[in-house]
Amino acid sequence: MLEGQMEVTVDELRGLVSERAIQGETMLLNMGPQHPSTHGVLRLILELDGETIVNLVPDIGFLHTGIEKNMEAMTYEKALVMTDRMDYLNNLGSNLCYCLAVEKLVELDVPPRAQVVRVLLTELTRIASHLLWLGTHALDLAAMSVFLYTWREREILMDIFEMCSGQRMMTSYFRPGGLWRDIPQGFEGAVKQFLELFPERIREYESLLTENPIYIERTKGIGVISTEEALEIGLTGPILRATGLPFDMRKAQPYSSYEQFDFEVPIATNGDTYDRYIVRMEEMRQSLNIVRQALDRLPEGPFRSNNRKFVPPPRSELGHSMEAVIHHFKLWTEGFLAPKGAVYVPVESPRGVLGCYLVGDGGPKPRRVHFHAPSFANLQALPMLSRGHLVADVIAIISSLDPILGDSDR
Amino acid sequence: MGLESKLGNLGAVTTSLEKAVGWSRTRAMWPLLTGLACCAIEMMAAQAADYDLSRFGMEINRASPRQSDLLIVAGRVSRKMSPVLRRLYDQMPEPKWVIAMGDCCSCGGVFNNYAIVPGVDEIMPVDIYIAGCPPRPEGLIHGILTLHDKVMAEKLA
Repeated sequence: MLEGQMEVTVDELRGLVSERAIQGETMLLNMGPQHPSTHGVLRLILELDGETIVNLVPDIGFLHTGIEKNMEAMTYEKALVMTDRMDYLNNLGSNLCYCLAVEKLVELDVPPRAQVVRVLLTELTRIASHLLWLGTHALDLAAMSVFLYTWREREILMDIFEMCSGQRMMTSYFRPGGLWRDIPQGFEGAVKQFLELFPERIREYESLLTENPIYIERTKGIGVISTEEALEIGLTGPILRATGLPFDMRKAQPYSSYEQFDFEVPIATNGDTYDRYIVRMEEMRQSLNIVRQALDRLPEGPFRSNNRKFVPPPRSELGHSMEAVIHHFKLWTEGFLAPKGAVYVPVESPRGVLGCYLVGDGGPKPRRVHFHAPSFANLQALPMLSRGHLVADVIAIISSLDPILGDSDR
Repeated sequence: MGLESKLGNLGAVTTSLEKAVGWSRTRAMWPLLTGLACCAIEMMAAQAADYDLSRFGMEINRASPRQSDLLIVAGRVSRKMSPVLRRLYDQMPEPKWVIAMGDCCSCGGVFNNYAIVPGVDEIMPVDIYIAGCPPRPEGLIHGILTLHDKVMAEKLA
């Protein structure tokens, strides 16, 4: 029975692959979905002429989780936990995107302290995501040691996230209206320690790869895309910036007080795999720069909004304020009501533009939640980038796109 | 070190066949190199610098199911992925063990909907369930050590 589902008939392939493949002139090769180099559960059908890629058909959906549908059955606050599990390397970034959308829908203000902490933690998440990307990208190109080094630093960041939220990955730390808790004692010291340590570590990674002849041989001129082509198929993030266009949502449409930070948008010119590596390395430095500024200017004040219609009161108030008890009960049973209307909020995730489209219908649950996932858009470039290259180059190209299947399939 | 102290004057160790087989099975378990979702990231963390799974003779992840004897189902199993996963399990040679890592593949976790298989035990037998969303690397290591105990206690027919 199960075997029956796996096989594909020739008729099903017609239209997907060229007539040459149907005739048997070229070879069809299945790759994935459990292949370790596909960074998750991506399945590719490669059409090969010898070692050369004639065409490539990505098959996604192996991690379709129904997250958007599930969120419709939850109140606005409870639906937040689902966003963590979407792009699981950018948990706090997804939290931020969703929170901004809810805040825009109900017109809720966020205090400055929460905004700066959000920026700080989102940038640390970006570094953590790029570190994982660097490690697995190098691992795919047979540089094992980089993987071990990047994970060493990633663990420091995981400890910082755990310190804030009690969880290493599924943090749910940002809530509509601010943060779940104030940042803990020892947080600033831990981040400062990381800031001192990390610039040296970036140089260490670069000494392993940037001028490594094997790495250059496998990445330079591989998977080239021009700015026009990238814009046509809607690529964003480091892939677009590697083609020379400095498009970054943090600059183009600043959110959560990004306009107060001084940072550059790194670009490269060739749009190949090597340039994407250069852009991401530089982005880590810029993120570090933002984290440093955020730590310096961290304002005092409340860490979440005082609007009790949307934000639950602190536990300490429950003992002596009847009003607080009522708000607490209302918010955790029914949730808050959002007006009718639709909002769209784009943010810059480590992979590109992550957008949240939220429709409210006057009730406590969203009518529709949809995410514009950067991985989904970026994966579309895969056939275009791979044609004419060798089979081994496909590995380099996939990892240079940094697809997270949880993000693209949701 | 531990072994030499038991050698005695004869230079020989006596044990039961069951213990010897169990010992050799647990000391070189090769997991299948595959990950599904978030838990796969924590599985990688368990194998990387800080947690170093190779202490338990497990640093070799085989990408081919024919060469592996442990399937760590790391992440949520979607309806589309389940036949693939079952085929991978069928391709593994006996003896083989399955660890369901995390809430999603143990029981469905936070996802109660049309897309997710509510527990990987719907499609294959599971030896160890690890709770957590995702479990910490320590959690995974504990699960693996519990599996070792289970394998050591197995009787030969």
